[in-house]
Amino acid sequence: MASAASEEAVKAAKVLMVGAGGIGCELLKTLALTGFSDIHLIDLDTIEVSNLNRQFLFRKSHVGQSKAHVARDAVLKFRPKINISSYHANVKDAQFNVDFFKQFNVVLNGLDNLDARRHVNRLCLAAEVPLVESGTTGFLGQVTVHVKGKTECYECQPKPVPKSYPVCTITSTPSKFVHCIVWAKDLLFAKLFGDKNQDNDLNVHSKDGSSSKSDVFERDVDEDLDQYARRIYDHVFGYNIEVALDNEETWKNRRRPTPVYIRDTLPEETVQQNGTSRECNNGHEEPSAMASLGFRNPQEIWTLADNSRVFLETLKLFFEKRQKEIGNLIFDKDDQLAVELVTSAANIRAHSFGIPLHSLFEAKGVAGNIVHAVATTNAMIAGLIVIEAVKVLQGDYKNYRMTYCLEHAKRKMLLMPVEPFEPNESCYVCSETPLLLDVNTKTTKLREVIDKIIKSKLGMNLPLVMIGSTLVFEDGDGLEEDEAANYALNLEKVLAELPAPVINGTKLTVEDFQQELSCSINIKHREEFDEEKEPDGMVLSGWSAPVEKQVTSNGGKLAASSSSAHDTVGDASANPGTKRKLDEVLESKENCDASSSAQVIEDDDDTIMLDEDPTLLKKKRSQ
Amino acid sequence: MGGAGAEEELTAQETALYDRQIRVWGVDAQKRLSKAHVLVCGVNGTTIEFCKNIVLAGVGSLSLMDDHIVTQDDLNANFLIPPDESIYGGRSRAEVCCESLKDFNPMVRVAVAKGDPSLIDGEFLDRFDIIVVSCRPLKTKLFINDNCRKRSKHIAFYSIECKDSCGEIFADLQNHSYVQKMPGKEPEQQELTYPSLQEAISVPWKSLPKKTTKLYFAMRVLESFESSEGRNPGETSLSDLPAVLARRKEMCDRMSLNESQIPTVLLERLLAAGKKEHPPVCAILGGILGQEVIKSISCKGDPMKNFFYFDTADGKGVMEDVPPTPAD
Repeated sequence: MASAASEEAVKAAKVLMVGAGGIGCELLKTLALTGFSDIHLIDLDTIEVSNLNRQFLFRKSHVGQSKAHVARDAVLKFRPKINISSYHANVKDAQFNVDFFKQFNVVLNGLDNLDARRHVNRLCLAAEVPLVESGTTGFLGQVTVHVKGKTECYECQPKPVPKSYPVCTITSTPSKFVHCIVWAKDLLFAKLFGDKNQDNDLNVHSKDGSSSKSDVFERDVDEDLDQYARRIYDHVFGYNIEVALDNEETWKNRRRPTPVYIRDTLPEETVQQNGTSRECNNGHEEPSAMASLGFRNPQEIWTLADNSRVFLETLKLFFEKRQKEIGNLIFDKDDQLAVELVTSAANIRAHSFGIPLHSLFEAKGVAGNIVHAVATTNAMIAGLIVIEAVKVLQGDYKNYRMTYCLEHAKRKMLLMPVEPFEPNESCYVCSETPLLLDVNTKTTKLREVIDKIIKSKLGMNLPLVMIGSTLVFEDGDGLEEDEAANYALNLEKVLAELPAPVINGTKLTVEDFQQELSCSINIKHREEFDEEKEPDGMVLSGWSAPVEKQVTSNGGKLAASSSSAHDTVGDASANPGTKRKLDEVLESKENCDASSSAQVIEDDDDTIMLDEDPTLLKKKRSQ
Repeated sequence: MGGAGAEEELTAQETALYDRQIRVWGVDAQKRLSKAHVLVCGVNGTTIEFCKNIVLAGVGSLSLMDDHIVTQDDLNANFLIPPDESIYGGRSRAEVCCESLKDFNPMVRVAVAKGDPSLIDGEFLDRFDIIVVSCRPLKTKLFINDNCRKRSKHIAFYSIECKDSCGEIFADLQNHSYVQKMPGKEPEQQELTYPSLQEAISVPWKSLPKKTTKLYFAMRVLESFESSEGRNPGETSLSDLPAVLARRKEMCDRMSLNESQIPTVLLERLLAAGKKEHPPVCAILGGILGQEVIKSISCKGDPMKNFFYFDTADGKGVMEDVPPTPAD
């Protein structure tokens, strides 16, 4: 609301925006129009074509350029007098430390991944700067306010972690299309074109040892490309299935898969036939099996035969046109040929296991964990962020709201405000409650605990691990050589054999200086873990679901015109379960939407979950 | 679903550009969008937000009608007008904004429609599927809505107003059938019948549910005041309060509504707002309207029936069905 006081607060404010993507573009525009005149903007991404349908500050000519810089320039065109500082950088970089954060009156997040969100949350807590957090998926969205000591922090509610699948489901007993995608992407694609030194669970041995090779994926220098493609086909879709079938125990209560051989799927086609069309491929265009085979429609579900043609063609194109990249490739959803290979391979495997086939468009969504996005939701969410930011600047904490943007109106509301919750007393991020780790101290290496728990689950960037007063590990630059060597040695030791042994009852202290976060982990020794349910071989707990108490504004009522006795949000405060229920509603909706386009969504409604850190992926690619 | 002309496939260019949104509403909806023609009468911060959204979404064409010459005031909530008089000086709002909008999506035709919205005739309307009117007198809105209804072609009508920190959207989709998809249920064909603007604003207040948002009533009082004074929406100030309070009393007495249902503070806010638009509210209203128009064109998803209100004071975005649809 444009009262004189709020206008002053806006004018004087220095704000940090993290993310210049879907929400970020809208937010930067709305901030500038509202009168904000000192805005700092961080984004490490560059612009892609699939951004242009909603990230309206970008044009086709900007593809490949920094989002932060282009967004800044675009907004300065209509508000030339304001100050926008743009950083084409990762918010996790050391330059954005607690001191950097302290200069701002409020931080506004328009991020697309959990990792960065958690990092910013911690820095905001450490710097004591209020955070307005947001997220969207399709028509759904939400805006929340996090002010230290007043409301819950972003991590007070445990966040769903990326779904991982037991190895055997992927290698031997897939039951969903997504399992076939994971197999095609993480095993087959990685085996064919990725780093040869990486562990891979694909069977590489052939039946009779007739081949001299120990690894059937190796191609002889003089081996015909067609022959090679067909050999790989028969091995992964035929022979490997036969091997799996030998294990009778597996199939007692399961449908038995059918091996697929190229002589059955494409009986008419001789070896040479496929190769001809490729030659008319325009040299300037990205190689594509769809293009060379004349398939136009990515929405179409190909037959088994067509999938087989695409598979052979992609393999050949990789070897013919992209030979140099082989050995260094990582799956990327924007790499057309890679998507074609993964789609066709997943479909052929799906056929074997009696799982319905999917179109390339759908398969790409599953493989790339693509989150649905439209401009309208982002625009509304950005508007709501600014409204909350203005309240934060005025310290109007009684009126802070978290707002849900809904697809189906709930009690007449499409935009539903809810009072924020109090901090969760057992939150390990904003309180000092210790966590509990069940782990086999005799077999688990320190490295596993650091990777799977401290980095992945606790989201620490540069962790330090202490046992009592003994420092066993520290990350980051500036270490002495002998220190670094010592820590490297410790990483490979099992917990019980560390310089200060970790056994049942030991307390670990882990810290991240950049995030100024410290927490304690009590160790409980356990020997047995369920491979299906506890694939990490360790279980972190003690981060109990919070007792839900809302910040009490006087009378717990909403301001102004909502004075009617049973006003909708009033109901919410009377019923502590409401927020959770709403989350469930949002989630179920999502799953329902997803069913039409395969199991795209395995994640939270406000985060894109990637199997790999996308920043890492980009860095690797650009090297 | 399906429908005439939906057979052609999207081009590779369209598929690449619209990838993320096709994952939301499907290819079929995308094809329908690309064949829809939208007219916006009244270019301001709120309608510009809407225009941006549907140009990005990929409608077939967008026409802008607003002959007013751009003034300094127009820059406040409008990001399409560069603050450079050598660019906007002497040109109409429609012209200046049209130029900027074209850039957003080369696959959408954006054009200026010259003329006076209060004189739009029926045949002209037939060129469009969607008409959005903003900042025009009630008389003009009623005239256009009435003309839309007289055509044999289905033309959806929307009105949208931002009053600084709050706003109103009205929709008349006449007879609208669509596919409803509720979580955990099979898609279902639904039919809705909308009242005209005239019907929707003349409903006896006594017949409305108690929980009806106060903004509905307040906007009717304001509208009635502006009409009787021959003013455009927003040509008001706090000095009009006594006359507006008298109008409130007269209307409440006539329709047996307690005056406290239309708080004086709320009327004060609306009067003080004048033509001012709060940019975050523009973004919210323009976002909702964008979504509604996409639903209407694609015949997918529950459309709003028939009013939407947003108020920063309570942060709620509510729909009101006026007159209420009788329960089956």
